[in-house]
Amino acid sequence: MPERKIKIDKERCKGCLYCIEFCPRKSLVVGKGSNARGYAFVEINDEGKCTSCAICALMCPEAAIEVRKDK
Amino acid sequence: MKSAKQLMKGNEAIAEAAILAGCRFYAGYPITPQNQIPEYMSWRMPEAGGSFIQAESELAAINMVLGASVAGARAMTSSSSPGISLKQEGISYMAGMELPALIVNMQRGGPGLGNIQGSQADYFQSVKGGGHGDYRLITLSPSTVQEAADLTAEAFYLADKYRNPVLLLSDGILGQMIEPVEFSEKKFPKLPPKDYILDGCEGRKPRNLFSLMMAPGALEKHNFKLAAKYAEIESKVRKFESYKTEDADILIIANGIIGRISKGAANLLRASGVKCGVFRPITLWPFPYSEIKAAAAKAKKVLVVEQNMGQMVEDVRLALLDDSKVSFFGRPGGGCPVPEEIADKVREIMK
Amino acid sequence: MKQVYCRPESLKDNANSYCPGCGHGIVHRIVAEVIDELGVREKTIGIAPVGCAVFAYDYWNFDVTEAPHGRPPAVACAIKRVLPDRVVFTYQGDGDLASIGTNEIIHSANRSDNITVIFINNANYGMTGGQMAPTTLPGMKTTTTQNGRDVKVSGYPVRVCELLATLEGTRYLERVMVTDPANINKAKKAIKKAFQAQLDRKGFSLVEVLSPCPVNWGKSPLDGLKFVKEEMTKYFKLGVIKDETVQSQA
Repeated sequence: MPERKIKIDKERCKGCLYCIEFCPRKSLVVGKGSNARGYAFVEINDEGKCTSCAICALMCPEAAIEVRKDK
Repeated sequence: MKSAKQLMKGNEAIAEAAILAGCRFYAGYPITPQNQIPEYMSWRMPEAGGSFIQAESELAAINMVLGASVAGARAMTSSSSPGISLKQEGISYMAGMELPALIVNMQRGGPGLGNIQGSQADYFQSVKGGGHGDYRLITLSPSTVQEAADLTAEAFYLADKYRNPVLLLSDGILGQMIEPVEFSEKKFPKLPPKDYILDGCEGRKPRNLFSLMMAPGALEKHNFKLAAKYAEIESKVRKFESYKTEDADILIIANGIIGRISKGAANLLRASGVKCGVFRPITLWPFPYSEIKAAAAKAKKVLVVEQNMGQMVEDVRLALLDDSKVSFFGRPGGGCPVPEEIADKVREIMK
Repeated sequence: MKQVYCRPESLKDNANSYCPGCGHGIVHRIVAEVIDELGVREKTIGIAPVGCAVFAYDYWNFDVTEAPHGRPPAVACAIKRVLPDRVVFTYQGDGDLASIGTNEIIHSANRSDNITVIFINNANYGMTGGQMAPTTLPGMKTTTTQNGRDVKVSGYPVRVCELLATLEGTRYLERVMVTDPANINKAKKAIKKAFQAQLDRKGFSLVEVLSPCPVNWGKSPLDGLKFVKEEMTKYFKLGVIKDETVQSQA
């Protein structure tokens, strides 16, 4: 599986929507499923638009987001 | 090796004994009749390389002691009755967290603001709770300035050994009395290093200290663990003095300064042919129930004397389970009996 | 690929029990990041409050102790006196610091105890279900001010930073909020400065963090952020209230 720019731990996500709200590229969306705790977790919508600015990780209260950058 | 004999006030002797026992943290608040303890500590503690803080309240002081204990220091606070009431929350937490410390109560008349004379009215507070929850405080009651110094040293050892707060329960009389005292360098058995303290997680996993246990069954289990510890303390830590009790027809049971005065009464009675003895509990918790039962077995009567309205007498009644034998004589609110007075009470009940 | 951001070492890989969008999650994380960046994880001792963050020791990956409600500053004072070279901080909410613990925070600040205090201001008592706090705004509805806080009955919100600024012992006091990326960065900077002040032995520092409490406010997380940004800042001014870290002696 290739490395992704954004890795969201879907089981940690509580669907607060902070990352979606502040992503400058609108790369994140609420996913279709819910996790084990019943939250609709966030997923990356368009990895191509992501610039690895890490604002999503900055906003996340769960530290559920890991960010990588293309070298 | 003992130090030279010196004349010291009870309060000061307790403070000095604590320093010699390795106490390196003191926090307290002024309240009569124990002010000499913080005053003495204010210069002696820095001299010994420790920390002295005059805290903003008795409440803050016990929490500072909690913190010092978390960090691994031998820590102590002192106060008198109303201030000890303020410390109950912190004491309960320390018992739940299994933290060692010495709390010194130089009792005064109560309830409420009371007065500044010596009293024994905090017995219930000390051994039957005081703070909330199921816990016990090892409670030591000295009757002389020398004994106060000796028990202070032992208190730190017991506190560390059992990871529990210890209470030195004394009073305004002993605190203010000036008597000769020698500080012994008695060495207590070496204790293992404290493997629970928080001093930064270098070289080990992070640790936590807490008394909140919300997981199902966790707190119940913890209470059973504490109870097992208290049972061990009860079996190993019992101190008392038996004074002329072997052939006593009448047994006086009294602790602390009243135990000492009662010995005077016993001597007066013996001189006039009455076989009187004194049983003086030194650990009020653990209470020497079986030893009292044995000492009182041959006595016809038992007189419990306290500077209160009847507190330790309930434990004596529990020990004997024979109420017909037990009488009580109390002087509350700072009243203090002289030996003749106690002797007269004995004569009264012997009729 | 190069890693840009991952969970800090000082934050355990545990799920936390905070509500969705709760400010505690953000602040725990940035405190952890600061501790990692300063390289002091192994000599840090934190004191948790009684409040929603009572289980903070389950989330932070360093020594943390519980303390009775309101008493963390007294506990921290003593730990710092016994272990002066460790990094000691308290993390407290509105009830813990500004109500039951007011005496302790004032006197710790007055002694200029060389500790760092992180004060989470979410204008209510979160853990116990949303009662009035000393920081509750006038007119704000809580479970004990169901018609809105009436200042004639319950008094006025307490501005902790301004109160402590009057004490000579306070060295650094700043109020921040965690409502958006720029402000979270500012909050983290303030927290780092407060920890650095301790390392430089300047004395007492406190960072007050205006924080959302969506569930007890009856708002969505995003509306919660809005409430902090637009309403709370009307009463609680952001910025440096006091900074003597330059002049003061170690």
